[in-house]
Amino acid sequence: MDNVIIGLEIHVQLNRLQSKMFCGCSTAYQNSEPNTHTCPVCLGLPGSLPVLNRKAVECGIKVGLALNCTIEEETLFYRKNYYYPDLPKGFQISQYDFPLATKGHIMILGDDGAERDIRINRAHMEEDPGRLVHAGTIDKAKYTMVDYNRCGMPLLEVVTEPDLCSPKEARTFLDKLKSILEYLDVFDGSLEGSMRVDANISLKGGDRAEVKNISGFKGVEKALSYEITRQKNLQRRNIKVVQETRHFDELRSITVSIRSKVGAHDYRYYPESDLVTLHIASWVPGIRATLPELPDTKRERFVKQYALADDHAKSLTSDIKLANFYEAVVAKAAPKLAAVWIADVLKGELNYRNLGIDEFRPEHMVDIVQMLEQKKITEDGAVEIIRSILDKKGGSPEEIVKSMGLGKAGDDAVQKAVREAVAESPAAVADYKAGSERALNFIVGLVMKKTRGKASPGEVHDLVKSEVEKC
Amino acid sequence: MLLELKASLRSASAEEYLCRLFEKIEKSSLNAFTTLAREKAIEQARQFDKNPGQGLMAGVPIAIKACISTIGIETNCSSRILRGYVPPYDAHVVERLKAEGAIIMGKTNMDEFAMGSSTETSAFGPTKNPWDQTCVPGGSSGGSAACVAGGEAPCALGSDTGGSVRCPASFCGIVGLKPTYGLVSRFGLVAYANSLEQIGPLTHTVEDTALLMEIIAGHDWRDTTSAEKGSYLAGLKGDVRGLKIGIPKEYFGEGVNTEVEKAVWDAVSVLENLGAKWQEVSLPHTRYALAAYYVIAMSEASSNLARFDGLRYGLRQLGEDEDWHTTFSEIRAKGFGPEVKKRILLGTYALSAGYYGRYYLKALKVRTLIKEDFQRAFKDVDLLASPTMPIPAFKIGERINDPLSLYMADVFTVPINLAGVPAVSVPCGFAGRLPIGLQLMGPHFGEATVLRAAHAFEAATPFHERTPEVV
Ligand SMILES: [Zn+2]
Repeated sequence: MDNVIIGLEIHVQLNRLQSKMFCGCSTAYQNSEPNTHTCPVCLGLPGSLPVLNRKAVECGIKVGLALNCTIEEETLFYRKNYYYPDLPKGFQISQYDFPLATKGHIMILGDDGAERDIRINRAHMEEDPGRLVHAGTIDKAKYTMVDYNRCGMPLLEVVTEPDLCSPKEARTFLDKLKSILEYLDVFDGSLEGSMRVDANISLKGGDRAEVKNISGFKGVEKALSYEITRQKNLQRRNIKVVQETRHFDELRSITVSIRSKVGAHDYRYYPESDLVTLHIASWVPGIRATLPELPDTKRERFVKQYALADDHAKSLTSDIKLANFYEAVVAKAAPKLAAVWIADVLKGELNYRNLGIDEFRPEHMVDIVQMLEQKKITEDGAVEIIRSILDKKGGSPEEIVKSMGLGKAGDDAVQKAVREAVAESPAAVADYKAGSERALNFIVGLVMKKTRGKASPGEVHDLVKSEVEKC
Repeated sequence: MLLELKASLRSASAEEYLCRLFEKIEKSSLNAFTTLAREKAIEQARQFDKNPGQGLMAGVPIAIKACISTIGIETNCSSRILRGYVPPYDAHVVERLKAEGAIIMGKTNMDEFAMGSSTETSAFGPTKNPWDQTCVPGGSSGGSAACVAGGEAPCALGSDTGGSVRCPASFCGIVGLKPTYGLVSRFGLVAYANSLEQIGPLTHTVEDTALLMEIIAGHDWRDTTSAEKGSYLAGLKGDVRGLKIGIPKEYFGEGVNTEVEKAVWDAVSVLENLGAKWQEVSLPHTRYALAAYYVIAMSEASSNLARFDGLRYGLRQLGEDEDWHTTFSEIRAKGFGPEVKKRILLGTYALSAGYYGRYYLKALKVRTLIKEDFQRAFKDVDLLASPTMPIPAFKIGERINDPLSLYMADVFTVPINLAGVPAVSVPCGFAGRLPIGLQLMGPHFGEATVLRAAHAFEAATPFHERTPEVV
């Protein structure tokens, strides 16, 4: 899709903070009764005033630094004026001129297989509005309810330059952004609505459409794919794409035009004088010192320190929890073997079950890797143990080995089986001697049968070969 | 006066005193109150009679302007749209007053949302001037000034956005202070133009104002713009020998009533006889102040008043709602009076794309120039003296349909709000039956000096002793 141009605006809830952006209300509103996490400030009651949550700005700066942005000397808040029932003050406190951070970049793996920088235009802070709950679908609801629990949640809006070329790249970018945010411990992506995306899409030479308020990464991919198809079809039919705002209908996986009754929005931005200008340049050194090792740096270190293949290092560092899990395991087990088993096997088994790495204890992985190293279990056995643990069948890896009889057959037993199998297969031996390497597979299969799978096929192959050559 | 009242209440009965005030209010034709908190107040007075506390205001009643939030007492800003709105929290100043034992009598009438200089734009009808009931009491804190001047309350709080405390103090012959921006927390003050306004006392004497400032001034974490307080009572009775008073030449001459001008010059002579020196100074950007003030105030108003949609509190029609924009528009059409609508419309216009630079930004530039005018003047002098209002109180109905002449009356009060400096109005004479006010202005946080000079003047003159004969 070489002539597709995509830019994203990502609204990230800084939901690891304890309190909202401008009041003391708790941010832990998920699963609460509607309108129970509110106060005069976030309800915008007459006479209430915003008091900045300094930690929110610190988090914003942290993210800005992690996205390689320039942190501005000073930053200030603006009022973005518009009327909507989820906006109790009739304006949203946001930023306009003098945002927190500008001109950054992060690296992603492009569709062409090469890594490249995606430029960040800016990152600014704002407060989340409340949430409308329609009785039914948006166009047919008889009434609508408003829940202000979300109102005033600290949001960071990250705006990219139009540097993305496909829905898949957009997805890759979002995955990377999420990974960085979780490394910084400012964001929990598992909470509903914690990241919402507006996407600008155009075909080269055409006008762009903006698809608003897409939640979920899969949603972004679907919405973009649909939108590209729609625009391409218009082009083929010689119809001009009009610049407009569209809504992504998740149920139908299509985008629909939002015909706004009030016409084009003029947000009448002007400075919020209830808050003071923040001289944030002086905050930067202190915050920079608290920055953790970020995914790209960790990935490089893993390659060097543990002699890992780059793709294993990348896979292990894509998620901070997984990276921490790996490092807990390699403290006691062989790094390369552990990498293979965590990145290739465990991660797949977790994804298949839609589970997180929290569901697996590093000690268990240590046991498994050690048993593999000591050849106490076979690779098939190790997979069985992982599955058994994830399927909550109980027990430690050693107990599972015992109860499921996964212990590897002893050398004597394997030797004996090899000798027997070779003796029982004169035809295969003859074929091998005649030059057919594949003839050995028959004998290996026979050995595996005799040892009921408790031998390692690779080792058996070698043993069979040397036994046959003795003949 | 308040200190004597406080002492006398200890030997007499606060309940009796309060009941006499409420009787007077009920018989009164001044229309100074929108809401009375009779039962609560009397209950508090009874408590005081049983067990008088030690607070600075123990047992002393006070009237509060209808735009300052009081828990459990309707706070309607004299607007239909806030009819029935009972705040669930107290403004900072109200908390402070209660903590010092003051008794909240009720809420006073005002220009709707403080938009006016005559209290005629109130949805509850105009308040009358106790000195001549065919005249306006000034505004927007007209109810607060009238109830104090008319003997219905010993003191009151008002708010001053462009003269709203000083104008009615001047017209009603009492003392009114607009503190330095930031000295009194605005938490709980329903915003009209939040970058300009301050809560201030309206009292019979300068000492009473100093006493109230000791209570209401000072830092409040809930208002980011609030600052630490100074000391106002302690040095109040010091003399004014050697004090340099500037007479801004732009505040005299054309447009100023001759009796007003004479009374103010007489006042300057009184201060001179007390040992102060005067010199002419210039505030060259004064003539741009009014235009800049109205652009800024209306722009901020258009945003501050956006929250009144009837959805969470205030005016709401029963029955089925139309779609959001229709219902919301209907409620605002019914809820706001013409002056408020006019200012919202003009403010919205001034902030709109394409006009922002021409109006709002330009007004901010003028504001800076005016601030610099004052800073320059205060390098040479300690205080500035001028008429508070260019005219004495005018007739009810005389100017309400001539907005320009009404706005022109604010010409000497608005620059002070633009500059953020403090200014007091003290009675300095009469034009016939109608009082005249002297305005004394000081540098940022110069309240102590302003009040000391006002007190010296008051002690040397009889004007504050005269009371109107109210029937
Ligand atoms: Zn809150």
